[in-house]
Amino acid sequence: MGIFDFLKPRAPNTASVAKERLRIIVAQERAQRGAPDYLPTLRREILEVLKKYVNVDPDAIQVKVSHEGGHELLELSVALPEKPAS
Amino acid sequence: MTEIIVVTSGKGGVGKTTTSASLAVGLAKRGRKVAVIDFDVGLRNLDLIMGCERRVVYDFVNVIQNECTIKQALIKDKRYENLFVLAASQTRDKDALTREGVERVLDELREADFDYVVCDSPAGIEKGAFLAMYFADRAIVVVNPEVSSVRDSDRILGLLASKTRHAEVGTRRVEQHLLLTRYNPERVARGDMMSIADVEEILGLEILGVVPESESVLAGSNAGTPVILDNESPAGQAYDDAVGRLLGDSLPMRFTEAQKKGFLSRLFGA
Ligand SMILES: Nc1ncnc2c1ncn2[C@@H]1O[C@H](COP(=O)(O)OP(=O)(O)OP(=O)(O)O)[C@@H](O)[C@H]1O
Ligand SMILES: [Mg+2]
Repeated sequence: MGIFDFLKPRAPNTASVAKERLRIIVAQERAQRGAPDYLPTLRREILEVLKKYVNVDPDAIQVKVSHEGGHELLELSVALPEKPAS
Repeated sequence: MTEIIVVTSGKGGVGKTTTSASLAVGLAKRGRKVAVIDFDVGLRNLDLIMGCERRVVYDFVNVIQNECTIKQALIKDKRYENLFVLAASQTRDKDALTREGVERVLDELREADFDYVVCDSPAGIEKGAFLAMYFADRAIVVVNPEVSSVRDSDRILGLLASKTRHAEVGTRRVEQHLLLTRYNPERVARGDMMSIADVEEILGLEILGVVPESESVLAGSNAGTPVILDNESPAGQAYDDAVGRLLGDSLPMRFTEAQKKGFLSRLFGA
């Protein structure tokens, strides 16, 4: 906070980085809570299949189990890259 | 009515045992009859923090395996005659704790008219941690303003809502509280530590108390005196406030603002 502080390189605000990362991972883990144990394997295998066609990142796949009117709903969303892999 | 309170966290070393000891003393100080149980089988610690390590004759596992009575195993505190410690066993057999055994010990404490039983959970989400939380009516989740601790706390909150007796029977839910410890207001002001509001927002739960990072915690554990008994210590006073709030007092948070700096130190950014 000193008047000479402009001489030092500005450090990023690490607390807000921490908060943002946590917000995402906590939401993701909550969505998977109580979900069947095979979900991580399912996610991995889907990723393997997708990779044969497109270049996707592991975090492009979101698997979510939700409850709707007594039914269990498996939601799967894949964010495709801008250009398909050649 | 006996209330079972679990002090838990997921992550290790965040301050569960420090909190269990101060909570138990704080309740006893207010006249309640309290037993505090160390669930950390193989890594007995609570006895040292409570200052009764040389008076351990029988432990939790001895009671569960019917090698002694609960009365024989409870160590009466030297400061409060209504406060008792049940030490963890030093056995390496993790299966020494059983759900039936734990339930029987808790039932015996109910029959002996204890107001509170504080369960000091081991770290992790294995058997010991599971059994410490299983019979709880209330949970204090100890969290540090740090990424892995916050994430683990969320995990534990999920388990409290699903893997406890109250959750399984479905009659009521386990009351959940967050206790933010090792908080450093100066670092929060500088932007390199998450704030109270940050942690509340991520976990979606109001914070019961904030215990600052304080040298007196180590001094207390060196001496075997729970820090809540140190009236000069910010951490001790913060623990006392938290116990008050748990019993329904409405007290403002203290020790959560950075100390105001003088003109010179501000000028030079010291
Ligand atoms: N508010 C605080 N200020 C400074 N040091 C603290 C504070 N709270 C706890 N500590 C220190 O942190 C360390 C771990 O505390 P403690 O043993 O209570 O954690 P724990 O969660 O019970 O650990 P474990 O998971 O191993 O059982 C100890 O050295 C203790 O003195
Ligand atoms: Mg401990």
